[in-house]
Amino acid sequence: MPVRGHRPEHALPEMPTIDAAVFADLEATAGAGFVAELVQTFGEEAPKLLGELRGALDQREAPGAAERFRRAAHSLKSNSNTFGALRLAELARTLELAGLPADARPLDALEAEFARTLAALRERAAGARDG
Amino acid sequence: MAEHGARLLVADDNKVNRLLLGRTLELQGHQVASADNGRQALEMLARERFDLLLLDLEMPELDGFALLERLAADPELRDLPVIVTSSVEGVAQVARCIELGADDFLHKPVNPVLLKARIGASLEKKRLRDQLKAMVRRFATPQVAQDLAASGFALGGRKLVASVLFSDIRGFTALAEQQPPEDTIELLNTYYTLMFDAIGGQGGVVNQIIGDGLMAVFGAPLPLADAPLAAVRAALDMQEMVRLFNAERAAAGQAPIAIGVGIGTGEVIAGYTGTRERATYTCVGDTVNLAARLEAHTKAAARGVLIDGATHTALNGRIACDALGALQLKGKAAAVEVFALG
Repeated sequence: MPVRGHRPEHALPEMPTIDAAVFADLEATAGAGFVAELVQTFGEEAPKLLGELRGALDQREAPGAAERFRRAAHSLKSNSNTFGALRLAELARTLELAGLPADARPLDALEAEFARTLAALRERAAGARDG
Repeated sequence: MAEHGARLLVADDNKVNRLLLGRTLELQGHQVASADNGRQALEMLARERFDLLLLDLEMPELDGFALLERLAADPELRDLPVIVTSSVEGVAQVARCIELGADDFLHKPVNPVLLKARIGASLEKKRLRDQLKAMVRRFATPQVAQDLAASGFALGGRKLVASVLFSDIRGFTALAEQQPPEDTIELLNTYYTLMFDAIGGQGGVVNQIIGDGLMAVFGAPLPLADAPLAAVRAALDMQEMVRLFNAERAAAGQAPIAIGVGIGTGEVIAGYTGTRERATYTCVGDTVNLAARLEAHTKAAARGVLIDGATHTALNGRIACDALGALQLKGKAAAVEVFALG
């Protein structure tokens, strides 16, 4: 059985922000109302993970910083895949595997993608409620 | 059905994962509790009974690998089915989970259909294991069951020093012929309940019951501190219980019973004997024969409990005994020092 949400890396530019099929699957199995709450939770939790990534990068010499960074990137990847947020998942996965970057640019890109993702997720969740 | 209404524990530090997995499992008919790190999960498992654990790998405090190791080392929790759910990269980590005793591994995001199938299979395997364990408990002593669980089953024995106790009801055959069979069975059931309590209460293990006789071992399969003293105390407790039992029987207009007990201490060969299909835990050797001979001699000696010299030496005066001198017992080439109690 193929693993939902996994795509080859070179496909990143063509990836949609949200994979509609994955999101629809999630709503079908967990219920649209529950998924709307889950999007809300993601909106509260993900900024903490982004904060972890920033914190680990700012204190990159501190003991355990690399592990903190990898772990936060891993969690963000995992949650992104859950919602079918393929682009965000791919960016997080790249950071998880590569570890602490040389500068903050990858985190800027990640945060921008997160903002787009969350907006798209909220729009879909609201759409499901209204429809 | 086994897969319905199970109590599941979800251990995941990520709130989104925890909520979604909990929701999916509840929709599949299970009761779900959750922990947000490995240490909390371990505490909950120690406190409450769960049928299955869904475990994330990346967790603060105690991660999934460490938790798997702790579960494997815990006799109470080693059989708990664990399904690991993670979005960890690469097969090495998956293999490590399975090596550490996880039943299964599911990649996140978890496919609900696959999840349902894996949980059903794991719970079914657990049900069969529980059934097997219950059977082992019924037909073996808890100590033998624990020994089997810890070291696995292998025919063959080892030498160790233990105290062996034999006991039977005097004149039981005549008694059984005088009363209805159901009275005899009821008498035996009550008698065995009392004797098992007396022996178990002192750390002994009843490993054979034949008719009205039983054999108990102190110091095998698990070691027991001061085994000879424990065996002698058990014998005295057994006699006390028979006295109480006789008072009840007298009130019901029934004849009293009397027991004889023989105890020997020394080297025994202990282990599982039989075939791969049908085996029993037993102890054999001179010490076992001696204890049986002493028990048989209680009637001629008109004493309730007879012990050998080695048991007496180990008592070191802590319980008063009468020396009966060196006796020639049936089946023994040399005379044996015998002491009496009760």
